[in-house]
Amino acid sequence: MSRIANRFKALNEQGRKALIPYIVAGDPGMDATVPLMHRLVGAGADILELGIAFSDPMAEGPVIQLAHERALANGASLKRALEFVRQFRERDQETPVLLMGYANPVERMGYVQFADAASAAGVDALLTVDIPPEEVAQLNAELHRVGMDNIFLIAPNTPEPRIDRIVEQASGFIYYVSLKGVTGAGHLDIVEVAERARTIRQHTNLPLAVGFGIKDAESARAVAGEADGVVVGSALINAMAATIEQGGTLDAAMEAAASLLGEIRRGIDTLH
Amino acid sequence: MKSKATVADYASVPDADGRFGIFGGKFVSETLMSALDELEELYTRLSNDPAFQRELDHDLAHYVGRPSPLYEAVRWSDQIGGARIFLKREDLNHTGAHKVNNTVGQALLAKYMGKPRVIAETGAGQHGVATATIAARLGLECQVFMGEDDIKRQTLNVYRMRLLGATVIPVTSGSKTLKDAMNEAMRDWVTNIDTTYYIIGTVAGPHPYPLLVRDFQCVIGREARAQSLAQTGKLPDALVACVGGGSNAIGLFHPFLEDESVAMYGVEAGGLGVSTGEHAAPLQVGSPGILHGNRTYLMQDDDGQILHTHSISAGLDYPGVGPEHSWLKDIGRVNYVDADDQEALRAFHTLTRVEGIMPALESAHALAYAEKLAATMSPQQSIIVNLSGRGDKDIHTVAELDGIKV
Repeated sequence: MSRIANRFKALNEQGRKALIPYIVAGDPGMDATVPLMHRLVGAGADILELGIAFSDPMAEGPVIQLAHERALANGASLKRALEFVRQFRERDQETPVLLMGYANPVERMGYVQFADAASAAGVDALLTVDIPPEEVAQLNAELHRVGMDNIFLIAPNTPEPRIDRIVEQASGFIYYVSLKGVTGAGHLDIVEVAERARTIRQHTNLPLAVGFGIKDAESARAVAGEADGVVVGSALINAMAATIEQGGTLDAAMEAAASLLGEIRRGIDTLH
Repeated sequence: MKSKATVADYASVPDADGRFGIFGGKFVSETLMSALDELEELYTRLSNDPAFQRELDHDLAHYVGRPSPLYEAVRWSDQIGGARIFLKREDLNHTGAHKVNNTVGQALLAKYMGKPRVIAETGAGQHGVATATIAARLGLECQVFMGEDDIKRQTLNVYRMRLLGATVIPVTSGSKTLKDAMNEAMRDWVTNIDTTYYIIGTVAGPHPYPLLVRDFQCVIGREARAQSLAQTGKLPDALVACVGGGSNAIGLFHPFLEDESVAMYGVEAGGLGVSTGEHAAPLQVGSPGILHGNRTYLMQDDDGQILHTHSISAGLDYPGVGPEHSWLKDIGRVNYVDADDQEALRAFHTLTRVEGIMPALESAHALAYAEKLAATMSPQQSIIVNLSGRGDKDIHTVAELDGIKV
């Protein structure tokens, strides 16, 4: 069983929900990523989602777009992201790490090389926004060869026959995109999320995490009531960017993110 | 990959998955997949529907002003002293470029789908103007995404779009040019997918766009083929077109692909020179990758980051290219070459002075290469150059480069 499957199983047995923070490798600084990963775990993260910076992050809203731009300006790359995970694993062999990004850096490295390097670094799963199940066969073969999960997105408008097609290719968990839009958008509809979560669960036994548009303890708590996990990205990145903009240090920025994640953790834990 | 395609191959691409060999496909986020499937289904039905085709042909004849002339540039040809050069006058279309052939077609698709709002990306502004134009005619809400840098160098087209009732949205992310405008249009489309049809302006993007834009632009090549036979009694020996995303080039080339005697040259933007890194020539110095929904040749670094591009012409300033061009390059059917900023600028002045036709800077790249090619050929041979757009929009750019204040 993969580290991700194990984690969801353990959480489920405890009656808890997975909290999955998203950060971009290299933002707010190259030296900040590994310490930030540890601090987020300390603040209650169950799975870490590490964004691979890309020049053309088409699915992202303004907050995460800027994080990608800052990371690239800091010298981030797919190789450096893998190096961050390797360093993180020196102190943490338990917390699952998911890489999230766009097809081209992985394509450029080569699927075989990526699978080997990512698995050697201690990466548990990959989520590529722009490789749908129709295009994923070769990549999946390589990921499965090294025991990595491939996480897929399901959208509010994904028809049921497509849900079947997606869950066939997916492992680890399913990532439900809670709204039609880009990351960090503000029109989350909890009733619709609940309805869709029920539909998706009719097609798969994989754990279901929900992301896009979750910005605080309250929205996280509402979503966690309908899912097995909650992904939070823009809100954390925004907290760090705002701290730095006001003259704060990298350390203060990391503290801001960890503190917000802690609040969200407490929010979803009060479900019980 | 380098094997010569057989005649049948040209009709077999894209395949059912939108592939041209290894190129093309549908690399988009999940929210867009069902919209693409819906578009594909509708287009497959309508492309075989005589009523739709009649409506399209009617619009092309009475609104766009087709067929466009095939004009023999006698004086220019004589000056060069080689092949006879014919210009396919897409500059004479309504709105001044080939772009309208596609927007008329896609706006009809939007109408059939019942979408009240259209969006578009634009570089030079020609596609934005063509989209705003057809949106005005059909009473559709229209928003055009345009890089902040392009807005500065194409102020005239920006104003034209506003006059037509469109909203021009400045894109400030990334390199602030065409590729970023396309990113932003995709983000808008994901957000407003229920109400919005995305009119992509070139033969790139996810399937079925490369297919349907090609089909709408093929009217150029079909007319040119018939006109060449009527005017010269034979097929041309060579075709020349500029390639940014590559829609005017595919439109001219595609109906001739099976004519083995016809050589084809796609001219990329050489910028300051393809060896300088300051250019937009992915087919010559790029490598295959995935951007904007398809696998194609891209300008990218070793990490797979998309590189910044440079061209004197905003419409060619794009780091990718339509997937069919990537395929045509690999099978060796089309030769991809380049003309640099200076060559394009010279060709702009030459055609203006010698033929009284002011070409778009994009088209001037094709003219610059055609001039070199014609010089190596005989007067018994002929070349068709796609004069894809008129140059009025570029007058400020040209004046500035010439050090003149207008």
